[in-house]
Amino acid sequence: MTTGNAQLVTPQITQRLRIVFRKGAEIKYISHLDLMRAWERALRRADMPLAHSRGFNPHPKLTFASALPVGFTGRAEMLDVILEQRLGLRDFAARLKAQLPRGLELGSVTEVPAALPPLPSRVAAAEYEVAVQSQDTPDQIEARLRGLLAAESIPRRRERPDKVRIYDLRPLVQELHVVERLGDMTVIGVRLQSNAQGTGRPDEVMAALGMADAVRVIERVRLILLPD
Amino acid sequence: MISEAALDRILPKVTKPARYTGQEWNRVRKDWSKAKLKIALAYPDVYEIGMSNLGLAILYELLNQQDDILAERVYAPWPDMENALRKAGLPLFTLESRRPLGAFDWIGFSLQYELNYSNVLNMLDLAEVPLLVSERVDMPTAPLVIGGGSCTYNAEPLTDFFDLFVIGEGEEVVLELAQLYLAVKASAAPEENWKEGFLLRAAYIEGVYVASLYTVHYQSDGTVSAIEPMKAGVPARIRKRILRKLPPAPIRPVVPFVQAVHDRAMVEIMRGCKRGCRFCQAGMIYRPVRERPMDEVLEAVDQLLANTGYKEIALVSLSSTDHACIEPLVRELSERYAAERISISLPSLRTDAFSVELAQIIQRTRRTGLTFAPEAGSERLRRVINKGVTAEDLLRTAKAAYANGWLRIKLYFMLGLPTETMEDVLAIANLVKAVRDVGRRERGRRIQVNVSANTFVPKPHTPFQWLPLQDAASIRERQMALRKELRDRAIKLNWSDADETWLEAALSRGDRRLGRVIQRAWQQGARFDAWSEWLQPELWRQAFAEVGLHPEFYTSRQRSLDEVLPWSHIDTGVSDSFLWDEYQRALHGEPSVDCAEGCMDCGVRAAFGLVNCPPAGSGRGTVN
Repeated sequence: MTTGNAQLVTPQITQRLRIVFRKGAEIKYISHLDLMRAWERALRRADMPLAHSRGFNPHPKLTFASALPVGFTGRAEMLDVILEQRLGLRDFAARLKAQLPRGLELGSVTEVPAALPPLPSRVAAAEYEVAVQSQDTPDQIEARLRGLLAAESIPRRRERPDKVRIYDLRPLVQELHVVERLGDMTVIGVRLQSNAQGTGRPDEVMAALGMADAVRVIERVRLILLPD
Repeated sequence: MISEAALDRILPKVTKPARYTGQEWNRVRKDWSKAKLKIALAYPDVYEIGMSNLGLAILYELLNQQDDILAERVYAPWPDMENALRKAGLPLFTLESRRPLGAFDWIGFSLQYELNYSNVLNMLDLAEVPLLVSERVDMPTAPLVIGGGSCTYNAEPLTDFFDLFVIGEGEEVVLELAQLYLAVKASAAPEENWKEGFLLRAAYIEGVYVASLYTVHYQSDGTVSAIEPMKAGVPARIRKRILRKLPPAPIRPVVPFVQAVHDRAMVEIMRGCKRGCRFCQAGMIYRPVRERPMDEVLEAVDQLLANTGYKEIALVSLSSTDHACIEPLVRELSERYAAERISISLPSLRTDAFSVELAQIIQRTRRTGLTFAPEAGSERLRRVINKGVTAEDLLRTAKAAYANGWLRIKLYFMLGLPTETMEDVLAIANLVKAVRDVGRRERGRRIQVNVSANTFVPKPHTPFQWLPLQDAASIRERQMALRKELRDRAIKLNWSDADETWLEAALSRGDRRLGRVIQRAWQQGARFDAWSEWLQPELWRQAFAEVGLHPEFYTSRQRSLDEVLPWSHIDTGVSDSFLWDEYQRALHGEPSVDCAEGCMDCGVRAAFGLVNCPPAGSGRGTVN
């Protein structure tokens, strides 16, 4: 199943690399699945020695920290990729950069121990910045934020195709504050729990603040990982 | 240019918004101010379908290689996006520069399916381009609307809306047209309406059909009596264009983010088909056969994979197993790219053991399904359509497939072929059952046979062009008979939607008067007629009635040899006498040899002055 050349490269030395990248406004409407395919193709174009899963339909081992909802930009998204041959980090980054479509930007590449648990299981929380455009004065916005933080619980509806679930948004909100104000634009920072027990959505927070229509941009600025 | 902010207000609410935001790998962004000729390449169906079309990919790459020319893409917005655009008062725009279509010099539509016609009108309307040629005539800034693709072999129903059509292979014509356009534009006086002059001169380019330069006369019974050029010197018949040698394969296709229907790299390994199946329009209109030499294919695959990052490469043509070098080619590719896990696909397999062998080379690991197309159930009817496959061939092939690991076989048949009787329909059922039994013997109960029994639509420029569409009631009866015979867990049966078939037949066989029907149907809300969830047949029937035409006149009428067919001025090189003789041979169940076995003198060789047609042997891809 392999050509002569590939058989020489045994035993397989694997290398696990962690890529931090930006998903820009240019491609903010592509879905998580689209993004996964785009990464796979960029890595193939860069001719990276990708390790593949076994089985009838082998696919490269790419693991994303967390899916970013359609319409959001991401400043520091994360993905782990496993190679079947070791590469220098600089070489890897340079080759990859040349193959990334507009809107995907390479932040950093670091090697992480192959034995670390899967990336998604390490995500604890996410920080977002939401730009809102509203007639509210700064004090009024501050008051909305204080109101939300002071609430005991914030029941929200989550509508799924098959059912509607009521959940409490409040415990998922870890921080909420005004980052800056530029003219009639206000940037609100929000830190939300993001793990298997519950993932808060910033657009839900804005809706709970009564500012859903004022939202202009939502960017995930940071993923917070558990210490290894 | 449409602003990002304007789009941000509507895109979050539509399905798959990335259909409208571009930025894909290999998309070409040229300097708007430096381009002398700006072309919007339009596909009148949704992004995922349009992005799978090889013809547009060829033109996109070719046009953008020219210094003076810029080409951008646009696809039909899904109805939710259409509503959002209309509500926001935004015009339809291209993906590359987000400019409205009206800002381009040309809008070039790829016309591959009649059920996309309402989308053509809708896209023009969304772009705020007047629909009718007659409305645009006095508007010097209105774009030229150009059509190409297989539907242009009978473009009559669209002549109200298109300034010109390119008939046949577009790679050379489009550059000749561009050159002429720029020359005429440059030499025009400031106030001069130079477009008319351009169109008149364009009509002399072989393969260009300027419909407004022809008048159609009708008899009192509604049939066409004559189609005549209105100006001296304009050719009475429009001959399609061919390239003697296949042009270079595009090697930098746009790689979509949103998954396309055919989400893979494509290399065209052959144009035309030597087989001569009498029902097949593609087999008639894309003559002669030209193969891409093996080394060229290998080189193109190499570059394509490096430039796209695709995991799959499709070797496309009408009948890929007929390529002279197909076996060594497939062997070489599968060895070369095994380590990278690249899979190879052959979209069209012949019904023989050789095809199973090829499939074995290609599908080393995952053997899911194989597809074959016997087209008719009985030996007799297969002789009528000149599909030289025997039941024995099929069963042997099926046995080889099941024995070698495949569990699912898909079989394509047609219902309503000329001379078909219930006996032929039952022969389909018997053949399917025989395939199932072969599978059971080889692999037991897990096997599956998927049967597709689509209704045959007699198409222009084929030996069956004179024949009516089989009436819906008897098609229904035949479908029911099949269903009754093929009730089995191992057999899955499906057939084409009767309304879709009816509309396809009416539009593909129609004349110029259908333009008003299309316009009326569109006004009443026809969109995405190729999508069963959107097709509203009643609305089309009503449009026919309002315009005062009977769809049955187009779908259900046997036409005689001396009737002037609405497409008779379009010259594919295949002669009418050949088509008629083939029709007669069909009625007598007489087979015709394929191009490799001998020349049936279809007319193409003489029309294009070809000496060696088809090209003999391996790697000789050029006809001359």
